[in-house]
Amino acid sequence: MNLLSKAAALGMIALMAACTNNDPSAFGAGQGGNGALVPGSPSDPRSPAYFQQTVGDRVLFEVDQSTLTPAAQTVLQGQADWLLANTDFIATIEGHADEQGTREYNLALGARRANAAREFLISRGVAGNRLETVSYGKERPIEICSIEECYSKNRRAVTVLTGSTTG
Amino acid sequence: MMKLLISLFVGLTLMSAPVHAQSGPLRLELDQGIIEPLPFAVPSFVPDGPAASQYAADISRVVAADLTGTGLFREISSDAFISRVSSFDAPVQFADWKAINAEALVTGAVNVSGNRLTVRFRVWDVFSGQELGNGLQFAGTTEGWRRMAHKVSDQVYSRITGEGAYFDSRVAFVSESGPKDQRRKRLAIMDYDGANVQYLTDSAAIVLAPRFSPNGEQLLYTSYETGQPRIYVLDVGRVKRQELNTQEGTMSFSPRFSPDGRSIVYSLTQGGNTDLWKMDLASGQSVRLTNTPAIETAPSYSPDGSRIVFESDRSGTPQLYIMPANGGEATRISFGQGRYGTPVWSPRGDLIAFTKQNKGRFHIGVMRTDGSEERLLTASFLDEGPTWSPNGRVIMFTRETQGASGRSTLYSVDISGRNLRPVRTPDGGSDPSWGPLQN
Repeated sequence: MNLLSKAAALGMIALMAACTNNDPSAFGAGQGGNGALVPGSPSDPRSPAYFQQTVGDRVLFEVDQSTLTPAAQTVLQGQADWLLANTDFIATIEGHADEQGTREYNLALGARRANAAREFLISRGVAGNRLETVSYGKERPIEICSIEECYSKNRRAVTVLTGSTTG
Repeated sequence: MMKLLISLFVGLTLMSAPVHAQSGPLRLELDQGIIEPLPFAVPSFVPDGPAASQYAADISRVVAADLTGTGLFREISSDAFISRVSSFDAPVQFADWKAINAEALVTGAVNVSGNRLTVRFRVWDVFSGQELGNGLQFAGTTEGWRRMAHKVSDQVYSRITGEGAYFDSRVAFVSESGPKDQRRKRLAIMDYDGANVQYLTDSAAIVLAPRFSPNGEQLLYTSYETGQPRIYVLDVGRVKRQELNTQEGTMSFSPRFSPDGRSIVYSLTQGGNTDLWKMDLASGQSVRLTNTPAIETAPSYSPDGSRIVFESDRSGTPQLYIMPANGGEATRISFGQGRYGTPVWSPRGDLIAFTKQNKGRFHIGVMRTDGSEERLLTASFLDEGPTWSPNGRVIMFTRETQGASGRSTLYSVDISGRNLRPVRTPDGGSDPSWGPLQN
């Protein structure tokens, strides 16, 4: 690898790090920035980057549970407020499980978690047709150590802004 | 896809020997708790010309490896041989084989004519000096030489144990590469022993849990290619696939064929809740089999098609249940400590294999269909997803090692709990499905 492409690769890594979920479908630029800020930057409160980093795009679950903890409800309230203020966006909530469990059960468990987050957002006024869900079970861990410290971060529901209702 | 025409017939030109196939004294009773493997010798099959010599050597090696791999047989090294077998039709020098304590002897001959390969073989009971069953001949193409070796092994195994065998069979699985957080998965198929791996999908979308149809011609599997996990059916011979028409906008996964191949049972998730459904493949119509707020998944039919064993957390933790194949009241069968999942009904109908999670460890185990006589066959950081050999004697499963460098590997174990061994694949492997014996 030459120096130039190495530098390019490092730039990519920095970009991906800014997108905590590494999701290629997550928006890099916000819709309708207010002009006073750099549109799409994390400091723009209407940007997906702000949603991810400041509002918080994910909630964590206890072992085998899909019940929302008080901390999770606080994050989801913030998500609901943001989605109600930024009605251009729709979202897919991804449910995940840690690796302790069979592949099939974890798929179903991830679906329960994603649905719990979705139901909370709906209860706070977000329209159901803006919220899709999908479960990845244990297929997409973000932490790969095999101890509780990692497992706790993998038992998650992540709200990914996938598009804009205005296109 | 390899296409083979294998003709099977009694070799009429062979020297006729008294046949005591069913009453011969050489018999390995598999239910008697075998500890000492039965010693056997497979002198290199006799080639009828230079074109056949490599095939003859390779076929005899595969036969020996098949038998040794069961853990039920022990090969006597050719270094110990007193007799050389240089002619297939010459009388066997039994005293020479007795002297090295070979209880069973497999002799064979290989003919190659163009791309046509013919294998003849005989199985001998050395201590009674008699042939076990009749000499047989298999013919096919040279490219199918491994299958012909497996067919010889199947015959040897069946004649000595009196049971069906499993060597000429294939396994579908998920080939895995890359670290746990960027794992790439491809659907693949291979011979039961890990040879002849073929890839059926690329790694663009996550693929999970292939399941063979009863005739081995189709595979059900789950893929994320639309973004949601959905069930697909793939024609193995033509590598042609089709999405099954489960409900739009939902997750469907964990499919399995009915024993008659006409319908499938699977999990469907709606509103975060996962239930079991059944689809008639001809009409595409689905009916619901369970309706509870619990997770119901990993269904598997009994061999007669009358019942379904599955996993449900309706009691609070995942446990195993059996219900009639059309739904209805389910009976819990797992009552030990821990969590139970992925039940699979044995092809003989007598046992159910499962994954058990208890005290931070995973096990592959078997129990009778009423839940009694539970036996754990393995223990590790993560074992899961058992599949049965066609004769119900061996279980293949996934073993994942822990930590950042964790890797998935296929393993097999005898239902006695002995003979745990890895199945070598080019990359990592998971979610095996053991297909039927091939024709």
